[in-house]
Amino acid sequence: MTALLFLAQTVRIAIPYLFAAAGGAIAERAGVISLTLEGFMLGGAFGAVLGAHYTGSPWVGIITGIAAGLLLGSIHAVSSIRFKADQVVVGVAINLFAVGITRFFLQLAFESSSNSPRVAGFGSETSGGNAAAFLDNPLVWLGLAVMPVLAYVINKTRFGLRVRAVGEHPQAAASVGVPVNRVRYIAVIASGALAALGGVYLALDQHQFTDSMTAGRGFIALAAVIFGRWDPVRAGIACLLFAAAETLQIQLQAAQIIPSQFVAMIPYVLTIVAVAGVVGRSTPPTALGKTSE
Amino acid sequence: MTTNARTRTLIEESVLPPLVALVVALVAGDLLIMAYGQSPGVVWRTLLEGTWGNSYGFGQVLYKATTLTCTGLAVAVGLRAGLFNIGAEGQLAAGGFGAGLAGLLLPGGTPAVIAIPVCVFAAVAAGGAVGSVPGILRARFGAHEVIVTIMLNFIVLALLNYLVSAKLHVPETLHTPEIHAGAVPRLSAAFAAFHGSAANWTIVIVLLAAALLWWFLFRTRAGYELRAVGLQPAAAEYAGIRGGRVWFNALVTSGALAGLGGINFVLGYKHYYEDGFTGGAGFLGIAVALIGRNNPVGVVFAALFFATLSQGGLAINAMVPKQIVEVLQGIVIIAVAAAVPEVRRLLRQSVSKRKPA
Repeated sequence: MTALLFLAQTVRIAIPYLFAAAGGAIAERAGVISLTLEGFMLGGAFGAVLGAHYTGSPWVGIITGIAAGLLLGSIHAVSSIRFKADQVVVGVAINLFAVGITRFFLQLAFESSSNSPRVAGFGSETSGGNAAAFLDNPLVWLGLAVMPVLAYVINKTRFGLRVRAVGEHPQAAASVGVPVNRVRYIAVIASGALAALGGVYLALDQHQFTDSMTAGRGFIALAAVIFGRWDPVRAGIACLLFAAAETLQIQLQAAQIIPSQFVAMIPYVLTIVAVAGVVGRSTPPTALGKTSE
Repeated sequence: MTTNARTRTLIEESVLPPLVALVVALVAGDLLIMAYGQSPGVVWRTLLEGTWGNSYGFGQVLYKATTLTCTGLAVAVGLRAGLFNIGAEGQLAAGGFGAGLAGLLLPGGTPAVIAIPVCVFAAVAAGGAVGSVPGILRARFGAHEVIVTIMLNFIVLALLNYLVSAKLHVPETLHTPEIHAGAVPRLSAAFAAFHGSAANWTIVIVLLAAALLWWFLFRTRAGYELRAVGLQPAAAEYAGIRGGRVWFNALVTSGALAGLGGINFVLGYKHYYEDGFTGGAGFLGIAVALIGRNNPVGVVFAALFFATLSQGGLAINAMVPKQIVEVLQGIVIIAVAAAVPEVRRLLRQSVSKRKPA
């Protein structure tokens, strides 16, 4: 039973990572740096709460959350692809923008600087009671499916081949008629929607929006993408691994064996070790961050 | 280069980014203010009066600009070497912690002439040590500094949080006890008008650092090598410059400069290290470097611009939510990052059309 509880808790924590990492994987495989996941998630969470608040339906919340992600993804895509702006700068700016705009509208719509009122959501209201209640949430199932589906799309479909081509060698892709920019637009805007779903899940699971509620999860998802060597299945496993470490930390908190801060470092340390190439180097897509001419 | 072309480059490099920033901030700000049902003219006037219009507000602007100058210089020196240091947030925190720790370890009553340099050195060393990690990993293993510095931010902040909460805190708070020595006097001690504002003499140390960095970048051999590696690593290597060493030195310098910013809060303002005091100033350093075109002089002015926005948010909070400022910061950065290369391209095109080759 404890093992089941552990698994349930791990999945619960992993779902937002899985959505955001899927967004990160598709954008980066297409050659666009994805520092924006945190901002996309936050936008998605706020969008979901707005939709759920005004209609009373979490399903509308999913749609409005995705819409917020599409909007932020479009800003990222237009500035990075059309205007060839530095993708790292744009990424940092979108994260700042997302924090600011959600706070601004939190004030405008709910006259609060910290949180929204309670909204309709999925699953149990309190996590303590029934461990299986979170399975009622359709986003859990979607989250578990997202990485295998993305792996299929990237590795087996025509569109996936194009994504990989524009991420590795855009000139070669262009020379055989692949519309490089269009593929990148689709990948980046899709990454906005996918990462936003991670935020939608968080908001609807907690039944409200709280200021900066994503709390760095977008960066853990990015770490998972890099640690998973930009491969959807491996990135998905990395998400589950990071979530399991967090679960372990929560369970061990009472025992005070390792300070929680050190457990929180695990994803970041593993990622640095991976990019430094100490054990099996992570190599990014060749054209990552380079705007095609 | 002809005088004409030189003037045009100068205009493109130094005038265009702040111009774009200002125009975009005004237009986007107007829209947001009107969305909130207020009059833009009144709000902007209040913002200016609350920042540059009285000495308390101006003191706060100077205080905020001091930290932002440090993180802006940190990002700028990295970019001059072709490296993107996203780790200024963690390096700033580490610098503040280093200064605070040194101030705690020094015996009370240590004269300021000794205590302040020791604490400043501790801040610079702590920031530099954090910067050395991406430096080594980049120079030795080719690890991408963007990824390493992002991840390192979280590691450093978690480590500092542990050290403060588990070892050094005053009960019921997340800050250390007050330092025994090394406090930097406030400006209000000399100029009564600044009374109540956090502005302190750290600003002089930071302006000296900016001047020193300018001299290093543009007047020394090592600075020339650093810029050469940033512009064209392969050509620099061919000219006998060792890229790895330059990268390492640039990232350590970058970390040290961000770390220096920590003394503003710890030695100059609160006299203790507090968890989370950085509040995004490290990330805003990226914007400061961008608008300041990676030039130390430009960075100082860009820091004043962002400090004005940030303090101005508090001044107008009664009329519109102060978060409007965070939105504006994001919009300004995106607009400058997107518009400057675009306008430059258009200028080039119009020039080449006039003079067909």
